[in-house]
Amino acid sequence: MSDHSIIPPMGQRDELLSMTDVDKVFNGNVEALKNLNLTVNQGDFISLLGPSGCGKSTALRLIAGLMRQTSGQIKWNGGLNEGDLGVVFQEPTLMPWATVEQNVWLPHRLRGKSLDDVRGDIMWALKMVGLEKFQKSYPRELSGGMKMRVSIARALVTQPRLILMDEPFAALDEITRHKLNNDLLMLRDKLKCTVIFVTHSVFESVFLSDRIVVMAARPGRVSAEVSVDAPYPRTEEFRTSAQYAELCRKASDALHGAMNQHGERASA
Amino acid sequence: MSAPEMHAAQAPVVDQEELQHARAQRRDKIAKWSLPILMLALAIFLWDRIVVWNDIPHYILPGPGLVIRTLIEDWGMLSDALWVTLKITLMALGVAVVGGVGLAVLFTQSRYFEMAFYPFAVILQVTPVVSIAPLIFIYVDSRLAGLLLCAWIVAFFPILSNTTLGLNSTDHNLRDLYKIYGATRWQRLRYLQLPTALPYFLGGLRIAGGLSLIGAVVAEYVAGTGGIGSGLAFRILEAGYRLNIPRMFAALILIAATGVVIFTFASLLSHALLHKWHESAIKREN
Repeated sequence: MSDHSIIPPMGQRDELLSMTDVDKVFNGNVEALKNLNLTVNQGDFISLLGPSGCGKSTALRLIAGLMRQTSGQIKWNGGLNEGDLGVVFQEPTLMPWATVEQNVWLPHRLRGKSLDDVRGDIMWALKMVGLEKFQKSYPRELSGGMKMRVSIARALVTQPRLILMDEPFAALDEITRHKLNNDLLMLRDKLKCTVIFVTHSVFESVFLSDRIVVMAARPGRVSAEVSVDAPYPRTEEFRTSAQYAELCRKASDALHGAMNQHGERASA
Repeated sequence: MSAPEMHAAQAPVVDQEELQHARAQRRDKIAKWSLPILMLALAIFLWDRIVVWNDIPHYILPGPGLVIRTLIEDWGMLSDALWVTLKITLMALGVAVVGGVGLAVLFTQSRYFEMAFYPFAVILQVTPVVSIAPLIFIYVDSRLAGLLLCAWIVAFFPILSNTTLGLNSTDHNLRDLYKIYGATRWQRLRYLQLPTALPYFLGGLRIAGGLSLIGAVVAEYVAGTGGIGSGLAFRILEAGYRLNIPRMFAALILIAATGVVIFTFASLLSHALLHKWHESAIKREN
């Protein structure tokens, strides 16, 4: 459906979303985010990488509209419309009483569309994640990786402009995680979608993204940005390449830098 | 991958442990049905022997044979009474379901509503129905309405509290997801909260089924007045005054059987609604 274009190189992409000087304070004194500036362009695959407590999930929840920033601006290019957002959580978050098909139907269903009207969309999304044969299954009949695929299909079904993923593969075993990483890149290549991916794995962030935003804790803030200029498509060979190792080292250094900043502040 | 499978196809390898496991499973399957029946039969047999060996007169403890005979001889009167009790029980259960679920939904829609009315529900629940019943029969003219009200008071609380708990037990990520996709209150209730609450509600229903029978029987004891339209409890009282102990037992058996049937129906309903997806109803392999 959207194989008509390629993702333009970084620097030539249209702006999708910008966060300017965003602060989020909890309980009047906990600074979850301080002075966050982030511009998301169409076609970006951005990883938010950082230790726990650095506000990466808070940033995601602000973008999703689940909470409001204390100050600062979050601006969508062209406004935020219905179906613009797809979300994947750390847990598959499926409704156990509903079949795979009914679960993927949810975003459309909440907009008042009947199953028959959107069956095409649902089958398309299930096909994208390779589960078209499981539409009538119940979640409990699927493995952890398959459940996560259903969750991804549900996020894709409205063909969103931005997909938010909050450590989606953290609970999976490594073999499944690698497989899903590969498939996610394939999807991204096919659909030209924009992704913000929260993770605390350096390796995962390097493999997937073209921009890694490294965050530091207390207060949560952006500490560095690492651009991953390895070309897509990235395959299993990329995982074992010298370039990958080098990039991982770079990202890892940036992460350590972020943690040390915190250490200095704490000891000061 | 295929080598062990082929091997298995040629000659199934079964070790000692698995054989034992299979035998234990077979034994379990047989015992699951035969053991309760056997024990029940044994208990009835002992009851009969105790009566016979000790020459216990039937106005103190009738034997099981006499109770069965009474059940058959008095069937006309007892079946009418059974019907009356059953009617009140089922009506009370129906009202308890509607009232309990309705209140639970209102509670979860508004915290303030819950704060305001939850104390009343608790007070109704903790006050023994025998102590409220006489008042109810003073204020309520219709005997049927009075009985119904008593049974309802006893039965509605487990449904209310279980359903409220269920409606509040939705997965917080799913709640976020519904919010992101702009779900209305009604959509959230219909597609998320009610299905989440279903297993909790069914658990409450099983308890409420038994309680509505207890409520109906207790209310009848208090209401007392006989005549046409008297239930099993009244027949027990009446038989007690006449020292007709076998009939007391016969009526008692009918009440117990009614309770078992109601519980069985609630369990079957629960299984029918949950067996496809809920953990409680899924058989684990190995």
